[in-house]
Amino acid sequence: MTAGYLLVDHVSKTFPPAEGRGDGLNVFEDVTLEIARGEFVTMIGHSGCGKSTLLNIIAGLEHASRGGVVLEGREVTRPGMDRMVVFQNFSLMPWMTAFDNIRLAVRAAHPAWSRAEVAAHVQRWVDMVGLAGAESKRPAALSGGMRQRVGLARAFSTEPKVLLLDEPFAQIDALTRGVIQDELVRMWSATHNTVFMVTHDVDEAILLSDRIALMTRSPRAQLAELVEVKLARPRRRADLIDDPEFLRLRAQILKFLLEG
Amino acid sequence: MRRDRLRVLLYSLLIGAVLLGLWQAAVAGKPPGKSIPGPLAVGKTAAEMLAHPFYDHGPNDKGIGLQLGASLGRMAIGYTIASVIAVSLGVLLGLSPVLYRAVNPYIQVLKPISPLAWMPLFLYTIRDSAQAAVLVIVMSSLWPTLANTAFGVASIKRDYLNVAEILQLSWPRRLVTVILPAAAPAIVAGLRISIGSAWVAIVAAEMLIGGTGIGYFVWNEWNNLALTSVIFAILAIGVIGVLLDAGLGRLSRKLAYQES
Repeated sequence: MTAGYLLVDHVSKTFPPAEGRGDGLNVFEDVTLEIARGEFVTMIGHSGCGKSTLLNIIAGLEHASRGGVVLEGREVTRPGMDRMVVFQNFSLMPWMTAFDNIRLAVRAAHPAWSRAEVAAHVQRWVDMVGLAGAESKRPAALSGGMRQRVGLARAFSTEPKVLLLDEPFAQIDALTRGVIQDELVRMWSATHNTVFMVTHDVDEAILLSDRIALMTRSPRAQLAELVEVKLARPRRRADLIDDPEFLRLRAQILKFLLEG
Repeated sequence: MRRDRLRVLLYSLLIGAVLLGLWQAAVAGKPPGKSIPGPLAVGKTAAEMLAHPFYDHGPNDKGIGLQLGASLGRMAIGYTIASVIAVSLGVLLGLSPVLYRAVNPYIQVLKPISPLAWMPLFLYTIRDSAQAAVLVIVMSSLWPTLANTAFGVASIKRDYLNVAEILQLSWPRRLVTVILPAAAPAIVAGLRISIGSAWVAIVAAEMLIGGTGIGYFVWNEWNNLALTSVIFAILAIGVIGVLLDAGLGRLSRKLAYQES
């Protein structure tokens, strides 16, 4: 494994105290995580352990209080197109159609492309995520699942180095969630992207990840354990249900979360 | 729905007929010098004026169409200038909370000043009454658009700006694809209030400067004691005001979006 493609290096986050008094809130402390190129790593932990904050720090949307994030040997401090985020609340532009939302990203990623080239690329991703027929609708007219398909297409279509998924399936109904998870795996295997995802869904984490990072509770949350998922790919949901390795991992992670 | 609309129309016509009837009854039989003219007399004048709206018999005798056209022309210039200034400055203030708070006291002091109060200063400095009237329109339509734009831009959801940040959109592109469309409903609401205040102000300004315009027309007809013309002009001002507002109402519906 080529270690250190994306390096989270001793990162701590402390929010300043309210009204300038006290020590502030130390959300997590000294988190170090190396993610290899093409690897799918998921962080799992209780609400408030700062996993979304860590994801935002990697994205450059928030700043670390101590430590830093290094991508391909370069420190990242600002947002950039090499790290695309898929948001829990989708964050689509509500005044644009699904197509235009994706096109905004593709145009930003490929400023030299002609309009026709951009449109063809967008259409390819529209088809890939199963949005065909809905591309001229605005987000408000789409279901949660369809909106996140737009979110995923927007992120993948720009071919970023790293994809940051912030609980991307949390607001999607359970049946649709499985379908879109499978689509995510398909896109991921087609593009060999490096993925960092945060979730609190244990099954989702095991189904999708190469490794799972377990966080303790906040305040002063820490990265307690990195669990390797040695299940062969492609993984099929139906096969996993009674797979002994899956059940063992599931029990291990649930135990950690319940006791931690 | 259809039934309701029919009833609304019926009641409207009924109320109008009653008002006109009361008006006619109140003035009927009285000699011309003792009361205002009745609706029948006004209707006769209206028919004559609308038959030849664009005649031009020298400075003191022009058709109502020409007079309204002169007012609308002034409005178009002043309102456009004001809107460009207000939207640009509003975007700037909306994006910078510090600047907003620094400038806000000045806006609050300037806002309640009747635009006509500036007239002497404008007349003194530019020494051209037509241009002074245009500046009065600028002053009357500046503040609502400015305040609404600043508010609209300041309340753009963080999510949309984060996406723009991640896509590293250039400044012009960020403005055109994210900031302006996101704030468009608020901006248009401001533009709609502004066009109303401008139309209110132009009548008074034209009474002062004379020459052409519907305001001057009203004052001139008063000097001629042609009250039927005055009343017809008042109605014409109202109708044009409704049309201006309806135009921006359509724009507002077109730019509205539903948060998803």
